[in-house]
Amino acid sequence: MSAREEVLARLRAARDVGGSTVPDVPRDYHRTGVHAPGSAAAVERLTETLTDYRATVHRVGDLDGVPAAIAAVLAGSSSVVAPPGLPGEWLGEVTATVRRDDPPLSVADLDRLDAVVTGAAVAIADTGTFVLDALAPDQGRRAISLVPDHHVCVIRAADVVSSVPEALARLAPDGPLTFVSGPSATSDIELDRVEGVHGPRRLDVVLIVPPRA
Amino acid sequence: MTTDLGMPTVASDPHGHLRGTEPFPVAAHRALADTQLRQNLGHATRTIRAKRAAVVGEVDDWEELRRAGECVKADVMARLPELLEQLEASVTARGGVVHWARDAEEANRIVVGLVRETGSDEVVKVKSMATQETGLNEALGAAGIAALETDLAELIVQLSDDKPSHFLVPAIHRNRSEIRDIFLREMPDVDPDLTDEPRRLAMAARAHLRRKFLSARVGISGVNFAVADTGTISVVESEGNGRMCLTLPDTLITVMGVEKVVPTWSDLEVFLQLLPRSSTGERMNPYTSSWSGVTPGDGPQTFHLVLLDNGRSNVLASPDGRQALHCIRCSACLNVCPVYERTGGHAYGSIYPGPIGAVLSPQLTGIDGPDDVNASLPYASSLCGACFDACPVRIDIPHLLVQQRAAAVEAHGRPTAQDLAMRAAAAAMASPGRFSLTERVVKLGRLLSRSGRIRSVPGPGAAAWFGARDMPEPPAETFREWWGRRERS
Ligand code: SF4
Repeated sequence: MSAREEVLARLRAARDVGGSTVPDVPRDYHRTGVHAPGSAAAVERLTETLTDYRATVHRVGDLDGVPAAIAAVLAGSSSVVAPPGLPGEWLGEVTATVRRDDPPLSVADLDRLDAVVTGAAVAIADTGTFVLDALAPDQGRRAISLVPDHHVCVIRAADVVSSVPEALARLAPDGPLTFVSGPSATSDIELDRVEGVHGPRRLDVVLIVPPRA
Repeated sequence: MTTDLGMPTVASDPHGHLRGTEPFPVAAHRALADTQLRQNLGHATRTIRAKRAAVVGEVDDWEELRRAGECVKADVMARLPELLEQLEASVTARGGVVHWARDAEEANRIVVGLVRETGSDEVVKVKSMATQETGLNEALGAAGIAALETDLAELIVQLSDDKPSHFLVPAIHRNRSEIRDIFLREMPDVDPDLTDEPRRLAMAARAHLRRKFLSARVGISGVNFAVADTGTISVVESEGNGRMCLTLPDTLITVMGVEKVVPTWSDLEVFLQLLPRSSTGERMNPYTSSWSGVTPGDGPQTFHLVLLDNGRSNVLASPDGRQALHCIRCSACLNVCPVYERTGGHAYGSIYPGPIGAVLSPQLTGIDGPDDVNASLPYASSLCGACFDACPVRIDIPHLLVQQRAAAVEAHGRPTAQDLAMRAAAAAMASPGRFSLTERVVKLGRLLSRSGRIRSVPGPGAAAWFGARDMPEPPAETFREWWGRRERS
C-alpha cells in the first residue's frame, strides 16, 4: 500500500470510529464591520491602527496629491523600484532613480535599491493591515516589496474596509497574497514587540482620502 | 559556514520528537530549581498575557468567533480524508506536488530526497512545529545538508544547541542578556560591542541571515492553514524571514500535519482574527503570506507539499480526544498555565509543551505501558481551567486531561485512592465552570490515603510524580487556592 493509500485508509477508519457528524458552523460573528467601507470613520481607524504599529501615514486629498507625497517620503532615497503597472505619474516628482520591475530585476539588483512603491488591494481598519496581491499590476511580485528596506504603499479610501471578513471577501486567493501590518517586527525577545528585522524596516502609507461632499 | 550544527543526532523514534527521556515530574523538579528560568518565563508570560487581554478586549464578538473556530475544526475532523483529497487535487491542479508521509521518519526521508534532487546542500527554514516534530534538521544534517533556522527565537535555539520550549517563541526561556551572549559566542561576524537592547539583537540577526536569504535555493516551511477548495497555503509570521523563505528560493518544500486543512478561503476570516490576538497579542501579526501551487514569474517555481500523519489518525479515532487536533498553535494556553510558567517547556519532553502538549503528545504516540514517559503528561496540570478560557478554538483541555488520566488508570492496573479521586473528578468535570467542585473532589484523595503516606501509586506517571516530589499525600490546598492566596498577598 502506498503511503497515500495507507494514510487515507487510517484516517477514514479513525474518522468513522471517532464520529463523522458534520456540525453546523455558527456564523453569528460580525461579517460586516462597524464602519462602512471607504467611510471617514474607517479611514480614521486605519490611520490609528497603522500608526500604532509604527507605520507613518500621509494623507492626500486626491490622486493629484500622490506624486508630491511620494517624492517627500523618498527624499532621502537614491533608487526605487516600481511594479510594472504602477501609474507612472505617481513617480513624476521623485528625484531618485526609478527602476521598473519589467523585465524582472534580480534579487541582487533589488538588494541594491533603497525603496519600493506599490499600491494595495485592500486595507483593514480594525487591524492596521493592507494586502498586496501579486497578480495586480500596481502591486507586483512579492520579492519587490520584500527586499528593499523601505516600503511606500498607496491606499485609496475606497479600498479601506473595517474588518477581516470584509477584506477576505474582496480577495482572490489564487495568486500570492501578502498581508502587511506595520514594518517587520519580532516578539521573540521577552515577548515584547520590536520593529525592524528582515522585511522592510520603514513603512510609509500614502492614503488618498477625497474630501467629503 | 556560519552555523555550527553540532553532531547531528537522528531521532531513533519513528515519531520524531514527541517523547522526552524522563517523566514530567522528574524534569519539572529540576526546572523548578532553576531560578533564572523561572524569572525569564514569569516575565515573558506576564507581558504576553497583558497584551493578549488588551487586544481580545477590543473584539466584541470574540466568543462568537471562538465558537465558529471550534465548529470549523470539528467539521474538518468529520471530513478530514475527503478534505485532504480535495486539497491534494487543488494543489496539484495549480502546479504543486503533494506527498504523503505515514510518520516522521518517512516525512524526513521525502524532504531529504527532494533537497538532494535540487543539488543544494543548504536550506533556509521558517519556523514550523511539524518539522520540529519530525526532527527534520537532524535528518538533513545526517544527509550532509545544513538547515538554517531563520526565525529569531529558533535561531537562538539553534545557535546555542538548545531545544525549543514554546510554540511561538522557542527561546522564551532566554532573556535578552543570555541572547546577547549566545550571539557574541556563535555569530562569526557579529559586532563585538553588541548590547542586549532588543532592537540591536534583532539587527544582528538581520545582518547574520541577509546573505543566506538572498542566495538560498531551497526553502522549507510549515503551514498555519491550508484551504482545501483553492489549494491556498497560509503562513503567519512576524519578522519577514517567512516571506524570505517562501519567496526567494527556487524550490519550496512545505510540511504540514494533516489537521491543518480548512474547507474554504472564507474560513480564514475566523482564524486570522483569532490567531494573532491569542498568539502575540497583536491585532494582526506583521506578515501573513498565502499562495496556491506555483505562480509563473513569482516565487518558487517548484512547490512540494508533504502531508504528515505521524499519529494524528490515532487521535482522530477518539471522539473527545480529537479536539486536540483543533489546535492552531497560538500558545495562549501555555502563557496562562501556572504549571508551564514554573516548569517551562523542556520538562514536557515532547516538542509540544504546556497544556495542549500534555493532551496531544500522549495521544499522538500512544502509551507503551506504565513506564512510558508520555503517560505522566496528563498529570502535568492543576486543572485550573485557564487554558480553556484562553483557547481561541475552545479546546476543553481540562476535560481531556482528566479523561486521559482515567484512561491510563483503566489500562494499567488496579485503581488506587488517587485514581478513584481522579475518576470522580472526571465525572464532575461536566463543564469548565465547575472546576472548584472538581478540585474539592480531587482533595478526596487526601481523605482516602489513610496511612497519610502514599507508598506506591500504580497510575502511570503518578508514581514518578510522587517519588520525585517525595510528597506524603495530595496537598491540602489545590493549586488554584494556593495561586489565589499568592496573588492576593
Ligand atoms: S490548545 Fe488552544 S490555546 Fe493552546 S496553543 Fe492550541 S489553540 Fe492555542
